[in-house]
Amino acid sequence: MAAADELAFHEFEEATNLLAQTPNETTTRSDQLGPKGHVAVAMDSGGSYGAEDEVEESDKTELLQEEKPQPGFWTFGYYQSFFDVDTSQVLDRIKGSLLPRPGHNFVRHRLRNRPDLYGPFWICATLAFVLAITGNLTLVLAQRRDPSIHYSPQFHKVTVASITIYCYAWLVPLALWGFLRWRKGVRERMGLYTFLETVCVYGYSLFVFIPTVVLWLIPVPWLQWLFGALALALSAAGLVFTLWPVVREDTRLAAGVLLLVVVLLHTLLAMGCKFYFFQPLPPEPMASPHQATSQPTATVLPPTLPRSVAA
Amino acid sequence: MFLLSQQRPLELKIFFPNSSQFAGLSDISIPQDIPVEGEITIPVRSRIREFDSSTLNESVQNTIMRDLKAVGKKFMHVLYPRKSNTLLRDWDLWGPLILCVTLALMLQRGSVDSEKDGGPQFAEVFVIVWFGAVTITLNSKLLGGNISFFQSLCVLGYCILPLTMAMLVCRLVLLAEPGPINFMVRLFVVIIMFAWSIVASTAFLADSQPPNRKALAVYPVFLFYFVISWMILTFTPQ
Repeated sequence: MAAADELAFHEFEEATNLLAQTPNETTTRSDQLGPKGHVAVAMDSGGSYGAEDEVEESDKTELLQEEKPQPGFWTFGYYQSFFDVDTSQVLDRIKGSLLPRPGHNFVRHRLRNRPDLYGPFWICATLAFVLAITGNLTLVLAQRRDPSIHYSPQFHKVTVASITIYCYAWLVPLALWGFLRWRKGVRERMGLYTFLETVCVYGYSLFVFIPTVVLWLIPVPWLQWLFGALALALSAAGLVFTLWPVVREDTRLAAGVLLLVVVLLHTLLAMGCKFYFFQPLPPEPMASPHQATSQPTATVLPPTLPRSVAA
Repeated sequence: MFLLSQQRPLELKIFFPNSSQFAGLSDISIPQDIPVEGEITIPVRSRIREFDSSTLNESVQNTIMRDLKAVGKKFMHVLYPRKSNTLLRDWDLWGPLILCVTLALMLQRGSVDSEKDGGPQFAEVFVIVWFGAVTITLNSKLLGGNISFFQSLCVLGYCILPLTMAMLVCRLVLLAEPGPINFMVRLFVVIIMFAWSIVASTAFLADSQPPNRKALAVYPVFLFYFVISWMILTFTPQ
């Protein structure tokens, strides 16, 4: 009699634990646990709850798999599952990418293994347009100093910027994911990220470049290099801290080479953007103060003047 | 196919067979033929009138004026955005097409620059407007919005109207002599019209999203109109 009472009490606790963890489940499913819970308690006479936890976990995953059949990739619902984020979650992920901490893995802590496509896509779009626009604005600033420079909207830079950024943010994660899968085939103990998680990490890590690019408008060279270095450090640190737990099971050589290549590619992107979109300004004119205080004329110049930009 | 037209009287004649076959109904004696006359009136819904053969016979001017009036009415709704459903309910893509073509044509310049360095080409403006609108619509639907694809395209396209007006004003202002005042006037006009576009489109689009995702759906609209405003502001003739 007393044993039956004890078993009934345990059953209730398991059900409430599971309900607390997954609040969407209905209580009617918890009756499936009853018999298994009984078996686990009976086998561990000392009352260790390790076996119960394992049973709970397997039951829970079984229940979750029963609840949500994955829609096929040809349905709209499949892609909708990648946009299942709220405003607060996106902002939280952006903050997490701006402040990388050594112990905190971006995928585990911020994404919580639920990657989204909204962040990477729109961050890349914003970065591409901001690059093109600020690159054009530096031409305006250059024209203030040296009126012989011919201003033009340079719309082709939008195309170049968007192709570069999107290729970087989607092809490099693809290569990285493929490489990690290959290494996992070689060494079983390595962890793995899904392709979408890798894309997410790269996409959110590019966010820090958006304010940096805007700050590159300030025409002070050493300040530009400082901002660039700071942004690169933050971004690359985020990537390295995320990849380290996965890669540390590998040989030191492979881990080192992988992290080095990741950081190198990121540096190449930053430097390439700086040099292509932000030509250095012409030197200050040493002529009369009349020229130094010339107003910005972003409109017509005689088209016969050759366009000259100081290299 | 069967066309419903206006009310008209309908004649029915009912013929009964020989009453001897209905021997069981002995109380009732029915003569051989009873002509029955009456009127059947069918209430006609106004929508069906559109499929009437009469719209095929109307003059071309009527057809065009009807569509133009619909477009004009929606322009008014954009310029004075209220919480009304007209843009959503009777969507059409004529307005966005007219606006996009006008904007792209006005952004052309007699290209003295090399092709690479100039402003956006006609095709580039077209691509940005239409693919931008499609992308924003897809984004809105993927986030779980309950607006249909073409309704969203319609709203985004119509809300380019303030920016097209800004382009007109900029082109007129650029006929005057260049200078900082010229630039400040253009900047002011473009900023006002950009804000107007955003307000108009959010008035229509924001309600279709759940409240915790409104900002996620509105930000791409902001980016879209910002890029168009940038193209307008940096336009320099010749």
